[in-house]
Amino acid sequence: MITIRDLIRILDAKVLCGEDKLDEEVRSACGSDLMSDVLAFVKDKALLITGLTNVHVMRTAEMLDIHCVVFARGKIPSDEVLEEANEVGVCVLSTEHTSYVACGLLYAAGIPGTSKRTGA
Amino acid sequence: MADYIIRDSYPVQTAAYESAGDASASIKRKLKQLGIDSAILRRIAVASYEAELNLIIHSQGGELIMEMTPQCINLISKDVGPGIADISQALKEGYSTASEEARDLGFGAGMGLPNMKRNADQFDISSKLGEGTTIQMGFKIS
Repeated sequence: MITIRDLIRILDAKVLCGEDKLDEEVRSACGSDLMSDVLAFVKDKALLITGLTNVHVMRTAEMLDIHCVVFARGKIPSDEVLEEANEVGVCVLSTEHTSYVACGLLYAAGIPGTSKRTGA
Repeated sequence: MADYIIRDSYPVQTAAYESAGDASASIKRKLKQLGIDSAILRRIAVASYEAELNLIIHSQGGELIMEMTPQCINLISKDVGPGIADISQALKEGYSTASEEARDLGFGAGMGLPNMKRNADQFDISSKLGEGTTIQMGFKIS
């Protein structure tokens, strides 16, 4: 089982909020800056790697039960975004790696993608 | 009269990007409290959020309605225009008429209607130019 705590080690990431969720399992991941695509592909207990730091990332996460968002390239979102993350129960990490490298490291660590579409 | 247990309506304003997701979050939280299965709930939440975003991005204002009966959840999106000229085109993945503003926020990739259709057990759309669009989606819960 891979947990959020493992992601911190693999990505050399900082925790920005949601310290209470570090032992939760991560079953799949999606890397995208396009929330429209995230909405079409994500499944259960998923992680999102993105470079987009607006509040809509957290709203999208809430709809999909995404419990961890990783901001790539060392991006730090605004306090407003972190407050929203706290409110909807999302753990937020930040890594200096680019999205591409972060995705590669996580895939190599055994986290599969969400290639199948959501829906019935 | 249909035997609704619940029927809630949420007004959605045009270009209200700041509050995008509020209606869908309210619907999701309410249905979660009512004990709807999490996999079904996620499909409802995605379809609802896509419908809400469409109202914000494309419509001149409208409402999102959630109805619950013992057998199903219905989501209805109704707007007052401008209407869709070619529905079959709008249902194709990647086809979008969204503004730069919507795209900058990570939306408007032309996935909305196809994604709603895929997530719902039943999907109907009707639209008239100059009058508006109505989308009805049904989700079986028993």
